[in-house]
Amino acid sequence: MATPSLLLLLADGRFPAGAHAHSGGLEAAVAAGRVTDLTSLEAFLAGRLATAGLVGAAFAAAAHRAAVLAEFAARSGALTRLDAELDARTAAPALRAVSRRQGRALLRAGRSIWPDAPFADLPATPGGPHQPLVLGLLCAAAGLSRVETAMIAAYGTLTGAASAGVRLLGLDPYQVQALLVGLADACDGTAADAARAADDPPERLPAAAAPLADIHAEIHATWEVRLFAS
Amino acid sequence: MDPHPPLAQAGRALRVGIGGPVGSGKTALVAALCRAFADELRLGVVTNDIYTTEDADFLRRAGVLDPARIRAVETGCCPHTAIRDDIGANLDAVDELAEAVGPLDLVLVESGGDNLTATFSRGLVDRQIFVVDVAGGDKVPRKGGPGVTAADLLVINKTDLAPMVGADLAVMDRDARARRGDLPTLFLSIVGDPTATSVADWIRHELAHHAALHPLAVPVGPA
Amino acid sequence: MRALARLVARADGRGGTALVELHGETPLLLRQTPTDCGVATVHLVGGAAGPLAGDDLRLEIEVGPGAAVRVHSVAASIALPGRAGAVSRMAVRAVVHAGATLHWLPEQLVAAAGCAHLAESRIALAAGASLRWRDELICGRYGEVPGGAVVHTQVDYAGRPLLRQSLAVGPNAPGWAGPAVLGGAPATGSLLVVDPSRPAEPPTAEGSVARLPLAGGPGTLWTATAPDAHTLRAHLTV
Repeated sequence: MATPSLLLLLADGRFPAGAHAHSGGLEAAVAAGRVTDLTSLEAFLAGRLATAGLVGAAFAAAAHRAAVLAEFAARSGALTRLDAELDARTAAPALRAVSRRQGRALLRAGRSIWPDAPFADLPATPGGPHQPLVLGLLCAAAGLSRVETAMIAAYGTLTGAASAGVRLLGLDPYQVQALLVGLADACDGTAADAARAADDPPERLPAAAAPLADIHAEIHATWEVRLFAS
Repeated sequence: MDPHPPLAQAGRALRVGIGGPVGSGKTALVAALCRAFADELRLGVVTNDIYTTEDADFLRRAGVLDPARIRAVETGCCPHTAIRDDIGANLDAVDELAEAVGPLDLVLVESGGDNLTATFSRGLVDRQIFVVDVAGGDKVPRKGGPGVTAADLLVINKTDLAPMVGADLAVMDRDARARRGDLPTLFLSIVGDPTATSVADWIRHELAHHAALHPLAVPVGPA
Repeated sequence: MRALARLVARADGRGGTALVELHGETPLLLRQTPTDCGVATVHLVGGAAGPLAGDDLRLEIEVGPGAAVRVHSVAASIALPGRAGAVSRMAVRAVVHAGATLHWLPEQLVAAAGCAHLAESRIALAAGASLRWRDELICGRYGEVPGGAVVHTQVDYAGRPLLRQSLAVGPNAPGWAGPAVLGGAPATGSLLVVDPSRPAEPPTAEGSVARLPLAGGPGTLWTATAPDAHTLRAHLTV
């Protein structure tokens, strides 16, 4: 069953699921001149955690909840419903594509590492399954709890963008880590909220919106030259 | 039943990685190999640019290969991560090529220009070619690094420039042998050989070997 | 204050729309206004200031098959603080049947300093229904830091989720003014257009406005941030 090491392993940015190629919208925010230094990076991370972080964590937790249902039809039906609900929370086509691309990358890693996990429960959607759904199944297969699942999701939305900040802005990595330390309570709180929300019916899961995340994502998708996939 | 399409596995195209420092001529070599194989093999190319689609765009503009057979992977400032530590996006690109244009005999995976330490994961490619050039200095083979010492083929490129940059090819050859033991090294000038004949022949040899190991793979040769 | 208002429209069989129910309570009053070509137009008339924290306002709209309704408001509504710890709530429930059209184009919601407001809209569209739904939020009166406001929109099309979004601003919404959410813009909003007869358009984005084709049905969302209400309206008029 679960060991603390598995929590760390799945939360590790070195887990090969493609995270290194994504900036979580930071590259476009930097290009728009909206993130320029540590202070604006911190505001970016706080807003991202409260919006995309909360939604992603809640859907990962809800997928974890679905993954432990006894019947295949119930699991598969619940995950199909979650897929449609997450689509409805992701207005920007570019962000839907990114979520599915990251889901596919995580699925590839998951199938290699936990070949017996019930990934066949995921709906067969063009472009791949949404990343939080795959994460929920993966964490359930690893024996992690629902709140641990939400924690990995919330933490991932922070660390991916923070590490992109170091690379894009040349920020002092110690100061960026200190900034993440300052956001740790908010990250834990978001994960706890998300895990609780997973008890609600899918239509009532968090839907926190961020207009600039949608706008930035669509602008970024049109660039000919970019460093990050999102 | 798992509703998702199967991931790449045995009985598939030979995947050859092409790595090396910035400016050593990786993209020019890929273009030369496209010319060499265009009418001979079902070929696909995956590029890993630092600036996403630049190399892919060069290949498309060069007209050496149907653009549908070229895919670019975005690497988030870390081209070596995408070919070594976290290879999923490259494997996705290989799968997408096969989905888009049908079965392939050979996929060339070009790394973004990186340093002497960058090598491909064995989970991504079957063989790897490391490209250095004489203009980088004739000390490069002696300096070693995993690309120079362990690549299945070392290509020392731009030999036509050797007299101009004062590079001693004999020194490079001697150092390469010392570093690489029995592994082959080829000298190349694409100016004089626009289809990179020696490298193409090496790949043909590896393809025959690969086909023997993977009898499910479609036979090599003109369709 | 608590108020319930209700609007029910039916096709009148002569190409027009009849309002078979139209009633409200202060401060949520509905008035039919002269109109053109088959569309029933209704204005929301604020019968009092507010909403104030503690107010609970509900509006139910049903548009029957083939009917067409357009709803405006005569002025922006300004969410204001009220009883300590209380929340003001404006809940809209709309049901739009096949072949029916609802245009919901009210004036802005202004989140004043110290407010605690929830604007919550749930719209159920039958297959073949059309919708034009605009929400505009102004974060504070001029030079003012807003209180807490949440604009929640939930739209289903043919029983399938089309749009779910909750935009939160104010002291309980971390990072809301920052570069991940509004980037310091005091005005933000969205326009959802659902039109089964209109071909899907590709996404576009420029500056601080984007056109986003949705996944769950024939819907397109325009989303924008702006330096002022006037610019925002221009972004959300298509």
